[in-house]
Amino acid sequence: MSLAPLTQVRNKAVNPPANKLVSKLVNKQGYQSFQIGQFKFERDEYFAHILYPGNRHIVPIEAFLRALMRDIAWGFFYGTVNFDRVFGTINHYGTVEMFVGLNNTAYRSVHKEYVETFSSKDLKRVFEAVIEDWTNAEFDPFGAPAETGNAYGLKQGDNLKAVQRQRLSAKRMVGLPGDLKMRTEEDGFPVNRAFADVPQDKPELHPAPGFEGQVYAVNLFAHLSRSDVTWNPSVVSVVRDSLLCATTEEFVLPVIHGNDRVEWLVQFSDEIIWDVEDKITGMPACKVIMKPGDVAAMPADIRHCGYSPKRSMLLMWENNDGTLPHRHASGELAPYPVEF
Amino acid sequence: MRASFSHVFNVPALVTEVPMRGCSKKGVVETKFGSLMNFTKGGVQSISVNPKHYVFSNVFEVASQSKPYERVAVGRNLNYVLEAVRSEGTSPWYAANHDEAAIVMDGEVEVHLIQPDDFLLPVGKEGAVALAREPKGQRMGWMKIHRGHMALLPKGAAYQFHGAAPGVLLIQSIKGECTVEKWAKICQTR
Ligand SMILES: [Fe+2]
Repeated sequence: MSLAPLTQVRNKAVNPPANKLVSKLVNKQGYQSFQIGQFKFERDEYFAHILYPGNRHIVPIEAFLRALMRDIAWGFFYGTVNFDRVFGTINHYGTVEMFVGLNNTAYRSVHKEYVETFSSKDLKRVFEAVIEDWTNAEFDPFGAPAETGNAYGLKQGDNLKAVQRQRLSAKRMVGLPGDLKMRTEEDGFPVNRAFADVPQDKPELHPAPGFEGQVYAVNLFAHLSRSDVTWNPSVVSVVRDSLLCATTEEFVLPVIHGNDRVEWLVQFSDEIIWDVEDKITGMPACKVIMKPGDVAAMPADIRHCGYSPKRSMLLMWENNDGTLPHRHASGELAPYPVEF
Repeated sequence: MRASFSHVFNVPALVTEVPMRGCSKKGVVETKFGSLMNFTKGGVQSISVNPKHYVFSNVFEVASQSKPYERVAVGRNLNYVLEAVRSEGTSPWYAANHDEAAIVMDGEVEVHLIQPDDFLLPVGKEGAVALAREPKGQRMGWMKIHRGHMALLPKGAAYQFHGAAPGVLLIQSIKGECTVEKWAKICQTR
């Protein structure tokens, strides 16, 4: 099915003045409401209400906070972050489009989608304010359901420590002197319950004097076993634009990620099942079952959601080359990485 | 009185012991890794696509069919590659103009490093280059790494692997003269 060209149907609004970004109103459930551009965000005990010109979209609050947390932590990530089949953001690296119905065949066929463009900085600030106010004391949006408390109900404290976690990105390799630190017991990263059997030994290093930072290895699986977050890739090794992003996954990826380039997956441990769909229409494409040692590409024209029945270790391999989204969109590059 | 599901439907309960929230005990947990001798592949179950576009392979299967130290691309993103390598015996000496990283997926391997002073790789040369012999230069040291460990193969250093028993490495690099591409042989095609 083909959709109407985007340019004919988008309602573009200009960026609002910065002083109008956040309005501090507290509703009877104790939560603030937030506004950016023509979008308004309200929460009650069970739902996030996304109000936009003409209508309102509702998302259960736990799902909304889990998705919002990823969108913030990933800096809007590569491409599209669909919170569900209706609402989401598209990263243009400096600006972000926030949309309702854009990647939804039914909305698009009757021109009911709505899109606004914001500066990434402004939208991030509003999203951070939302997650700080709407996350109650016992809920950690990064936690697996078995590890965290209740997201629902009246406003009850906050969990700033959880929602303000810093993004972890190695500049060269995790653990190198001056680079991203390994997770340790002393720094408050105990081995996760689901990885209690993962060996914690260290590589045997015998550097000659002066080569300590070059004859270097780390126990990557031990590092991952101590991850306190799910579905939150962090860069562990860098070769130019080639980024190895390691992550631990449990339960459901809280977003449906739409690629703007090819990304690769290497399953380190256990199993993840991916549902893959066409990026724009949502038409089912395939299921990808990944077991230890499996490698798969996720093409540039798909969106996907993953399911991890047991906490698992996943390597996401990304290409950070900023020219890729345009080269895929223009057709210069095929959506898949290898022709054979 | 509350009846359990299993009682009501007269089927055996799936879970007889409910683990405490967030603290399963050691011994109960089993994290599954693969190995050369023991791996199971998943796969692409197509609904409306060509599975070849997902370039699906398994590093253990690839290494089980490789010659020692054949650097078989299992992932390629433009010029960047992930290579699956069967580590067995002693490898050639390699060097690259850029960092590389090696993750041990199975087995144990020693990595020896030399800072060469008898050659320079051509500027702009990408990927690992296999050297004809051990380079002259200062010995930088060595390391012994096994499953789950990730080693830096630093830019400009020459390195050699040695594995007493067969193992599997996953190397982050750039496509070069040692990279072997045999996608149709290693990937799911239907
Ligand atoms: Fe993704």
